[in-house]
Amino acid sequence: MSVAVKLEARRVAIKYRRQSTGLDLVAVDGVDLRIDDGEFVSIVGPSGCGKTTFLNAVDGLIAIESGALVLDGREIAAPGPDRAMVFQQPSLLPWRTVTGNVLYGLEMQHRGGEESRKTAARLIDLVGLEGFADSWPSELSGGMQQRVNLARALATDPELLLLDEPFAALDAQTRETMQQELLRIWGATRKTALFITHDITEAVYLADRVIVFTARPGRVKLDVRIDLPRPRDLRLKREARFIEYERTIWESIREEVLRTESRAQVA
Amino acid sequence: MSQQPPGNIDSGVVLDGSYLAASPTPAEAVALAPRGAARASAIRGHEPVIIGTVTVLLFFVVWQGIGLLRDRSPDGLALGPFLFVPPSQLFLPAPLDIAKAFQAYVQDGRIWKDVAVSGQELAIGYVAAAILGIILGLLVGWYARLRYALDPFITFLYATPRIVLLPLFIIWFGIGVESKIAVVFLGAIFAILINTTAGVRNLDANLVKVARSFGASDFQLFRTIALPGSVPFILTGLRLGIGHALTGVVVGELVAAQFGVGQMMAVAGATFQSSKVFAGLFLIAGAGMLMTFTLQRLEQRFQAWRPKPN
Repeated sequence: MSVAVKLEARRVAIKYRRQSTGLDLVAVDGVDLRIDDGEFVSIVGPSGCGKTTFLNAVDGLIAIESGALVLDGREIAAPGPDRAMVFQQPSLLPWRTVTGNVLYGLEMQHRGGEESRKTAARLIDLVGLEGFADSWPSELSGGMQQRVNLARALATDPELLLLDEPFAALDAQTRETMQQELLRIWGATRKTALFITHDITEAVYLADRVIVFTARPGRVKLDVRIDLPRPRDLRLKREARFIEYERTIWESIREEVLRTESRAQVA
Repeated sequence: MSQQPPGNIDSGVVLDGSYLAASPTPAEAVALAPRGAARASAIRGHEPVIIGTVTVLLFFVVWQGIGLLRDRSPDGLALGPFLFVPPSQLFLPAPLDIAKAFQAYVQDGRIWKDVAVSGQELAIGYVAAAILGIILGLLVGWYARLRYALDPFITFLYATPRIVLLPLFIIWFGIGVESKIAVVFLGAIFAILINTTAGVRNLDANLVKVARSFGASDFQLFRTIALPGSVPFILTGLRLGIGHALTGVVVGELVAAQFGVGQMMAVAGATFQSSKVFAGLFLIAGAGMLMTFTLQRLEQRFQAWRPKPN
């Protein structure tokens, strides 16, 4: 079975200017990767390895320095309706209800109207917020706010779903519930997903493939296919083959951390 | 305003999968509290009003008491080694004297003319300041170049007590309502303008990123993020503006006017009718409190989305 390539990154380099020093910093350099249609890919790496920067570039929020980022055969130059981001912070508009927030992306893309309200209602149910359509964000818990954040991204029906450590700020129990929920929702939509995290267990549990970035400037260091059956259950995290995946990835990241530490000591 | 019954929110916490026992939500805490505590908390709910009313009443009772003491023993009251001599009525009229002066002021009909004139100055000046202050504040906050262009003028005028412009306004506009409207307008507009500007500039970086990520244009960003985000700032500016506007009315009329509450107070003061001065003072204070109260109601209406204080 041949599957179409959804996203392709070819030798991508991204620079950004540090506000404090005014110096250019190379965040990622020479990222090569391909994501197939319908695939769930996690990116992990030592902190500051440029994985979030890379995700922002895929979203079109920042420009790349060189190389190419191609989505469905078109180069990415700016944000577009074919991508949607689930942010690390819920970042909900506090003056809009849950429905108003879910509709936000559609409104910005001039796709409001009667149909969009039905979409919003359906997605609010899908993410498990039945009965909260008219609630204000301030009335919701952190986990529930992240559900709205997810529904808002899904509402625009993107080709590629980008998730920037969406569960990092949640407590451990809520995080596990949300991981399970994300798998359920993803199973219902089967969107191609690119998920950034620093949590190895989370990466393995969710993804079809886990990509390890090197320390800055970030590059693809390791690309692991996670051959675990779906639907997945939280018990999977206790199984030997799961732990074996975790260990492989952990060793790889640890190598990077040690490399940067020794480099820092020399400098 | 749409609000969920608290029960729904509780079920949401369960739905959220916090399967370890979470600390009780406020609704649960009330349910857990013993019966007697429920009544105590009902009183506690009105505590601010009750305590406030009691202290105000106490204040007036003591004040009136000084007046009664003056009537009974004008030579003073020996309190052990100290002699307490109550101040004269001219110095400090008692609340009932003030009430009588106010009654006389109402009966001779002058009050209506004064209130109409002062009210007109206040209303026109303040409303104009609000409209122009908000519009200009939004523009100055959003367009950096306009801000650079106008900033020297705003800073100059804001740093100047606008009341010092009154002599000029009287030369330009005469001693009628126009000069007072001008001084009220200039007094109130800067608080409103500067707060509105701050509100527009105080963009939540996370929300801007959301808007950009969904491909929002500059105008969409302004309409959906900057404008709603600046509402609390605008309301603060409007509230601060009330004080400046009232100062403008009273001081403007003290300097030169034919009618108005401030003018009445100036005449009463010059003729040693201190009770009448106090009557005017309470009238002004009442207007200020009424405006502030109205604005607070407006704030609640506009900010139903804000988290409810416990």
